[in-house]
Amino acid sequence: MPDRIVILGGGTGGTIAANRLRRSLPEGRADIVVVDRDDAHVYQPGLLFVPFGMAAPSRLVRSRARQLLRGVELVRHAVDAVDLGAGTVALDDGSTLGYDVLVVATGAALLFEETEGLTGPGWRRTVHTFYDMEGAAALAGALARFDAGHLVVDVVDMPIKCPVAPLEFLFLADWWLQRRGVRDRVRLTFATPLDGAFTKAVCNRELSGLLAKKGIEVVTELNTATVDGESGRLISYDGREVPFDLAVVVPLHGGASYVARSPGLGDPLGFVPTDPATLQSRAHPNVFVIGDAADLAASKAGSVAHFEGEIVAHNIVRLLAGEPLDARFDGHANCFIESGFGKALLIDFNDEVEPVPGHFPGPVGLPLLRESRLNHMGKLAFEQLYWHALLPGRSIPGVPSHMPTAGKRLAAAALAAGS
Amino acid sequence: MPVMTLAGTDVDVDAEGFLTDASQWTEGVAAEIARAEGIDELTDRHWLVVQVMRREFADKGTGPAVRALGKISGVGIAELYQLFPKGPAKMAAKIAGIPKPRGCI
Repeated sequence: MPDRIVILGGGTGGTIAANRLRRSLPEGRADIVVVDRDDAHVYQPGLLFVPFGMAAPSRLVRSRARQLLRGVELVRHAVDAVDLGAGTVALDDGSTLGYDVLVVATGAALLFEETEGLTGPGWRRTVHTFYDMEGAAALAGALARFDAGHLVVDVVDMPIKCPVAPLEFLFLADWWLQRRGVRDRVRLTFATPLDGAFTKAVCNRELSGLLAKKGIEVVTELNTATVDGESGRLISYDGREVPFDLAVVVPLHGGASYVARSPGLGDPLGFVPTDPATLQSRAHPNVFVIGDAADLAASKAGSVAHFEGEIVAHNIVRLLAGEPLDARFDGHANCFIESGFGKALLIDFNDEVEPVPGHFPGPVGLPLLRESRLNHMGKLAFEQLYWHALLPGRSIPGVPSHMPTAGKRLAAAALAAGS
Repeated sequence: MPVMTLAGTDVDVDAEGFLTDASQWTEGVAAEIARAEGIDELTDRHWLVVQVMRREFADKGTGPAVRALGKISGVGIAELYQLFPKGPAKMAAKIAGIPKPRGCI
């Protein structure tokens, strides 16, 4: 009897895990089943461009089933709950699916209703988001009509997916408003719960400099309690108010809703406690976690899910063979940061090494932590790599799962730590 | 790395006054940091939150952000702000003797 590997979620992490496992295990050795409620795989990095008319929503969506290799089955149902003791997944049609190994890849959910007033009066008129397709498309309409006033990008609380995306949105807004000739009539503000634009020293200095250069104001340590779309105010728990004419809000994130209905699986936010090295869940040895669903300190980003894919697949193959897990994730993340005017920065880091200047993946590669046209081209080219290399579970030549150090000016981090 | 003497104990701190070695922490150290932050007396509710911060740090290597702290501790966000007016995640971490929460970049 082949073992059955059930993967919950057919997004970036789930698709990569399924395809890598399919390549690693002969069909007689394991059945691989992916569970997802729909067949719409969204290229999430593209959502940033939708409000500026730089990406058409329909172009960002493809069939989930078509991204899975032959021999991987897609079951089209929502998950009701996981029973860790029985090793079964209950689906929304009342059926159950048994597993030998479970992979949790259901990502992060956007919890709009957790913030008072967020979806109340003004929602989709003066209060928007670009973190889902519907929101990004609606925001495109609102931006097209916006030619004067105060635009505030507000992050409700960490953790969020793609932590640099709110900054990219502001950089693009600055460029886009200039192009329309109305930048001098618009005030741009970034409101963040953190005490700086970014939490790591070298990168924070670079990005804070960019924000200042572009005339974007920053409000720090703002924990949004209420969004009042009627009067146009963000109100924080410590009583501060930030007025706005147009608010672009990144809502609170949590795990998928079934996690809370699955005893022992998740933490109070619905993320799944996970060993940061082996990516095995702490809930049960035969449960693994990939991507945003994990409670790890690593960024919630597609690149992280990509690098985790190799580790998860390798360790599952070891587990099925009865061997100790020996692949270890290092928290490697890699992000292009779009900065407007056809330029972008690139950052590459892990749990130990913060983003520093230099070049990636080696001394003659793309410039790190510096604006360049090459990085912008890289960001655009990445979309094709995503569909044709990442999702099929191939490694990208020259881009290893573990963070490369060649080309990095690591002394910069040491200097920043000492200053 | 600067060293401070709090409640008769030498502790290593970073530039912002967060302990860099959570094992040097004592309840006396907590009370003295709290006083410097404007909290004259730590109530049972403060201690509950401080204990949650230390447990989360031991489990995950970082203290939680505000919403997570609210859910894990069962103390509502509004009350967390009453207890730690300068920002619960940061202030409670400082009093709990753990590093500043990283905010999961």
